[in-house]
Amino acid sequence: MSFPVHLSDAAIEDFGRELDAIRDEVMDSRGDRDRRYLLRLIRIQRGLALGGRLVIFGSLAFLPEWLWFLPVVALGTLLLAVAKILENMEIGHNVMHAQWDWMRDPDIQSGTWEWDSVCPSDQWKHSHNVVHHTWTNVLGKDRDVGYGMLRVTAQQRWHPFYLLQPVSTVVMALLFEWFIALHDLEINRLLAGKRTLAETYPMLRRIGQKVAHQTLKDYVLWPLLAGPFFLHVLAANAVANVVRNVWAYVIIFCGHFPEGVHYFSEEEVADETRARWYVRQLLGSCNIDGGRLFHVFSGNLSHQIEHHLFPDMPSNRYPEVAPRVRALCARYEIPYNTNSLRRQFGTTTWKLYRFALPVSVVAPA
Amino acid sequence: MDTAPGWVWSRVTGLTDMFATPLRTSHYLELMNPLWTTHKLQARVVSVWDETASARTLTLRPGRKWRRHRAGQHVRVGVPIGGMHHTRTYSISSAPGRDDECITITVKAAPGGRVSQHLVRNVVPGDYLPLGLPQGDFVLPDAVPLRPLFITAGSGITPVMSMLRDHAARGDLPSIVHLHYAPHPYDVIFAKELAKLRDDHRRYRLRLVYTRERGERSPAERHFTAAQLQEVCPDWRDRDVYACGPQGLLAAVEAHWQGADLSRRLHLERFHAPWADLPGDVPGGRVRFARSGLEVESDGRTNLLRVAEDAGLNPPHGCRMGICHSCDARLVSGCVRDLRSGAVVNEHGATVQLCINAAAGNLELEL
Ligand code: FES
Repeated sequence: MSFPVHLSDAAIEDFGRELDAIRDEVMDSRGDRDRRYLLRLIRIQRGLALGGRLVIFGSLAFLPEWLWFLPVVALGTLLLAVAKILENMEIGHNVMHAQWDWMRDPDIQSGTWEWDSVCPSDQWKHSHNVVHHTWTNVLGKDRDVGYGMLRVTAQQRWHPFYLLQPVSTVVMALLFEWFIALHDLEINRLLAGKRTLAETYPMLRRIGQKVAHQTLKDYVLWPLLAGPFFLHVLAANAVANVVRNVWAYVIIFCGHFPEGVHYFSEEEVADETRARWYVRQLLGSCNIDGGRLFHVFSGNLSHQIEHHLFPDMPSNRYPEVAPRVRALCARYEIPYNTNSLRRQFGTTTWKLYRFALPVSVVAPA
Repeated sequence: MDTAPGWVWSRVTGLTDMFATPLRTSHYLELMNPLWTTHKLQARVVSVWDETASARTLTLRPGRKWRRHRAGQHVRVGVPIGGMHHTRTYSISSAPGRDDECITITVKAAPGGRVSQHLVRNVVPGDYLPLGLPQGDFVLPDAVPLRPLFITAGSGITPVMSMLRDHAARGDLPSIVHLHYAPHPYDVIFAKELAKLRDDHRRYRLRLVYTRERGERSPAERHFTAAQLQEVCPDWRDRDVYACGPQGLLAAVEAHWQGADLSRRLHLERFHAPWADLPGDVPGGRVRFARSGLEVESDGRTNLLRVAEDAGLNPPHGCRMGICHSCDARLVSGCVRDLRSGAVVNEHGATVQLCINAAAGNLELEL
């Protein structure tokens, strides 16, 4: 399969230069406004987390009046879930991308940030920043293509295991953070003997520590505070975590799996220039349309294209960059894949079902 | 903290931290009052006071993590300008242990100095500034009978002011000779307070020298000279000298005391510019790797990751194209140039991505 763009090498280089210019312009204009945005967001997020937990505790006062208890506990759980979503997506993911390192705030540095997830941040930074962002959608290189357990393109060889996809995707959605935590271990390579246990052990220990802290917090300590209502609080926390997992799953799966996205072979990207890397990011990523709040809750991964072009640009700038990138793409006649959440997630799901079967129909471009 | 309440508090937060993981209790306390934090130290600007047309005293209330300074010490103050943290070091000008638990720093707006100008012109009461802990050994000894000679110029008076205030407050001002330089009378920081000290304490002798004022003195006599010292302080050989001021003054003082073989009596407080001069069109330079002690020559086009690897080092890295930040390293001194945008970074302590920066003149990296 050839590089799916009609442009000449020279035109691709021009296109790359124009993107560089956009990048330089935005990066040069980072300032107070951006800092205020992030600090405010962090304050809101921490307030929501604390508030959510307090409301969950407050709801216990209504027991045994389940009619009162249920809506209040649901509200608390929702607040906590929202806090976790903001923390993981618009804050954690983006801070760990070094989007905010330029502020030189010793508190907000990609090197030291730890997030509210069972996945240790250093391992995530490796599998995500290094592997996924460098090798985006290159089959055999980018392990985010199907996360080592799903078949998302006809270019992946079929295996009976993929028949489970309609079920395994549901499990994955519910337990997404756990899959992410195990992602960098490359368990399939371990099983195949391409990786030794000795290599894996230190990572496993790090994961173990992180898991211990996280589960102790959500499933032991906070519930213990509730005394006899241990299980109520545990359940609320678990639901908040699951809501966050499902939301993250939906947004992230819409980033590189919807209809129309391209995958690449290693040969295609050999000796790739920076400009061709840009084009690959564009063809391999999809945006989701939505309002301002939706973008914030998606960690601005609804601007997956812009994020992949400029991974260390502060995420609050993606909305203003998106129309410029889109116009540029129109000018160079490069497809720019954006659509509603319903359509992007719909085609993703449809592909996951279809490719569970041994079909090799190449998606119509 | 080893006081009893401190011990109890740290046990309590040790427990509550487990509820806050991956953050700490302190992060939530910060929501209520930024001064309560223990994971970082900040100070609230309580008031501002103009000392002269270009110098301003900021009264700061440091957070809980603060520990009392010794008169003469300095602190690192973080200043966010345009969203970006800049760190500068300032001497504390107040006496230690004030009743209101505040400290003051006195900043002179340097021409072209973005940070000092920002502190003098834009910082307002209610702002929070990140703060370091007090540091430095430019302090008077506690025990020995003191006979200090202070030589200060401009805002170099600030650490000495802290010492004067400290001793004046305790009522035991020793025999002091103080030689202070300022361009004009109206440029003297703390002028009123100094005059009052002089009037109240016989043992405090103050000589003000105006370096830009036209008068009977020749321009040469308006700066530090041996003759002037002899005149102001005939017993200078018997005194410990504490000097703080611009490079030129400190160099002259240092030379003089070295010449008299009295370096051991010399105490200097120097502040280095925390950035390197921008290079012209230097085509590269020597790259020093501080941790490994290696030093290599490099051109201005090869990225520093490559340079380090060619020198036999193996710094962490990932994408090699500036997106993953695995190769971030600290610039100890010197300048680097971004190979993509041509932007130059010259601030010491800045984090730079090795894979997309090249040498712009000589530099040192923490590798
Ligand atoms: S190696 Fe990835 S940013 Fe330098």
